[in-house]
Amino acid sequence: MDLLNLQPAIAEIFLALASLGLVLLSAFIMPQEYASKLVRRLTIFSFLIAIFLIIYNGYKPAYAFNGQFFTSSFMVYMKVIILLGAIGILMMAKREFKQDQIDRPELPLLMLLSVLGMMLMVSANDIILLYMGLELQSLPLYVIAAIRRESLRSSEAGLKYFLLGALSSGLLLYGASLLYGFTGHTSYDGIKIALESNVSAGAVIGMVFLISGIAFKISAAPFHMWTPDVYEGSPTIVTAFFAVVPKLAAMTLFLRFTYGVLADASDSWQQIVMIIAVLSMLVGAGGAIMQTDIKRLMAYSSIAHMGYALVGIAAASDMGIGAVMLYMAIYVISSIGVFAIILSIKQEGRPLTRIEDLSGFSRSHPVYALAMMVLMFSMAGIPPMGGFFGKWYVFSAAVASGHVILAIIGVLASVIGAFYYIRIIKVMYVDEQVIEIDHNVPRSNMMIAFGSALIMAFFLFGLSILREQITAAIPFVVFVAG
Amino acid sequence: MSSYLMEYLPIVVFLAIAIGLSAAFVIGSVIVGAQRPDPEKLSAYECGFEAFDDSRSRFDIRFYLVAILFIIFDLEVAFLFPWAVSLGGIGAFGFWSMFVFLVVLTVGFIYEWKKGALDWD
Amino acid sequence: MIAPLFFYLFALMTVVSGLMVILARNPVHSVLFLILSFFNSAGLFVLLGAEFLAMLLVVVYVGAVAVLFLFVVMMLDINIDEMRQGFRQHLPLGLVVGLILIVELLMVFTQDLSTDNVLATNMSGEISNTAMIGQVLYTEYLLNFQVAGLILLVAMIGAITLTMRHREGVKRQNISEQNSRTRDETVQIVSVDSHVAPKVLDDSRAANKRLQ
Repeated sequence: MDLLNLQPAIAEIFLALASLGLVLLSAFIMPQEYASKLVRRLTIFSFLIAIFLIIYNGYKPAYAFNGQFFTSSFMVYMKVIILLGAIGILMMAKREFKQDQIDRPELPLLMLLSVLGMMLMVSANDIILLYMGLELQSLPLYVIAAIRRESLRSSEAGLKYFLLGALSSGLLLYGASLLYGFTGHTSYDGIKIALESNVSAGAVIGMVFLISGIAFKISAAPFHMWTPDVYEGSPTIVTAFFAVVPKLAAMTLFLRFTYGVLADASDSWQQIVMIIAVLSMLVGAGGAIMQTDIKRLMAYSSIAHMGYALVGIAAASDMGIGAVMLYMAIYVISSIGVFAIILSIKQEGRPLTRIEDLSGFSRSHPVYALAMMVLMFSMAGIPPMGGFFGKWYVFSAAVASGHVILAIIGVLASVIGAFYYIRIIKVMYVDEQVIEIDHNVPRSNMMIAFGSALIMAFFLFGLSILREQITAAIPFVVFVAG
Repeated sequence: MSSYLMEYLPIVVFLAIAIGLSAAFVIGSVIVGAQRPDPEKLSAYECGFEAFDDSRSRFDIRFYLVAILFIIFDLEVAFLFPWAVSLGGIGAFGFWSMFVFLVVLTVGFIYEWKKGALDWD
Repeated sequence: MIAPLFFYLFALMTVVSGLMVILARNPVHSVLFLILSFFNSAGLFVLLGAEFLAMLLVVVYVGAVAVLFLFVVMMLDINIDEMRQGFRQHLPLGLVVGLILIVELLMVFTQDLSTDNVLATNMSGEISNTAMIGQVLYTEYLLNFQVAGLILLVAMIGAITLTMRHREGVKRQNISEQNSRTRDETVQIVSVDSHVAPKVLDDSRAANKRLQ
């Protein structure tokens, strides 16, 4: 029976079982500090096992659960990056958890459940499962945004995130229902086949709603308003999680929908994606200039990066998809590195988040400042750092598809963007030291920051391997049998 | 189609009678009864006192916790209805599928219990 | 003939009570109108043949969600006038967005509703709506069903994480602790310092010796 063919989904099943076990653990193990330590470690461990299971399962396209679940090399690529991102965040979380109010086993547990939701989102081959995955992904995120419940700002962040997230889920669901109503299918394959023969106005509007819903989730302009407030209000470790992991899952969804399911309606969505991309790049670049808080700056920076990635989607070609996949991998690696450094900047254990607190960082922590500089250069897209290649492939895909203006706007936006990234470098290297920053940085943060800086600095050498993976994965964004 | 909706006819009749009767009582008492309002009659009556302050005040959050936990189990029960109706058709597979679902929620219930969310201290 | 009449009744009531949710001055009235609109939507579902969904709407939304809303509205210290501020200010934007939605929907329903793309509900009458859902939900849509379970689990954990706190210094009964107490922990024999004590002690020792 097809239903009992659980092999392709083995990693997800394992994570679900692991989460159940950890729920019990966090209820029974009594001193909370001990439980949170244990649950955090076990979560990292189960992510590692999940990666192993995914890779062990192989890249062969396979369906499970009555065709609602689909896995292929594309999903393997995305899921592995998601899991690696989540592992990176949890590795850095050790000291963060010790701070009051977030030293609780629920935090890693909810992250685990959210990651499970993301993996389902990535693998969903049916809009019902897509929605279920999306909810399973976002519900824990609302909770962890507000996890420091004594803090007004954290609660506000949680509430804002929840209200706008619920609105976007509603939009998405409405779009999905229209799409179902006008194509008669809930499975991606069915929708794709139905759209091949006839793209009705209802389906187009459903698609617009769906794209808006996903754009909310990746915080692309004009659906970005929640991002700076939520990033600023949440505890920094949670912000790091928000900035890295859910974006990947939502972007995968974006890819699968536009490039895969709605491939035959590309005339209808291409313009929308272009507008969203241009707005995101401009809003991200313009909004970041005035920021004084580094978390808010990262929020605008992530908006801009989503814009660049969307340029690749707007190209609507194999080249564009490959570029987006590469871009997201680079985005994840460099963001984790930057957050590892942000999390290390403390004054007597109290986190500092203002940009000016970084002044004199190069004198007090020279190696760190160097890593930060590399990462900032990479984010700004200066060769030969990794970020440059991401932007290069994205823009060249746009040019190859004939969207020269889009590429030009993108380049202009990255020039504006380079300004604020370089401002941080200037603050670190030129300005006089104001605040004494703690020297005892956790080893895990150090490793992650240096690791990601090294990868970004010598990205050129790994590029061909990554490109190989991506090229192999492109045909399997959607897989329509027969 | 009509035979299916005919099943709802008794409910419609029932609703019509209920609405009609209650409307008749309200309107009847307005028409027949003597209406002589004065400020004292219309003022709030609270065991002889004037109301001290607004009835809205902050309540303990545990009330909400209990309500939310109730909703969750309410939803769980909602899943049981179609299962109970169609268990004959879906057989052992359906049975075990529901079993897994209930295990997941039982894990949640154990968590709740151990965390003391059901205690009222 | 009568069914369309009921459709218009329910639809009109849904829209009107939906409007009243926003327009009512008193938030408690808003919630009551919300309940009314739930009931009317349930009526619409019944007309569509989706009996189970209709009943679910009543059981879950009216029975639980709306009650929780009422709870929140009645028990929170909300200043009603403050809540209404900014209504006029945001009205134009809201109207524009609403207008766009209406135009879009009109576009959809004038163009495409005639095509046979739109699915009809299968109402063969041989099998009840609830059973029809049951036959696919637990088998064909197994994964969705299990994920729904996980989402409910997340809701539980989330609610507890965000709202539960233990008060310090509350005296609670711990039954297992009570039952596992031994005599040694609880009974303490103290020799009472008084002038009678030595004699009493000697007497009891003598009695003990005799018993042995």
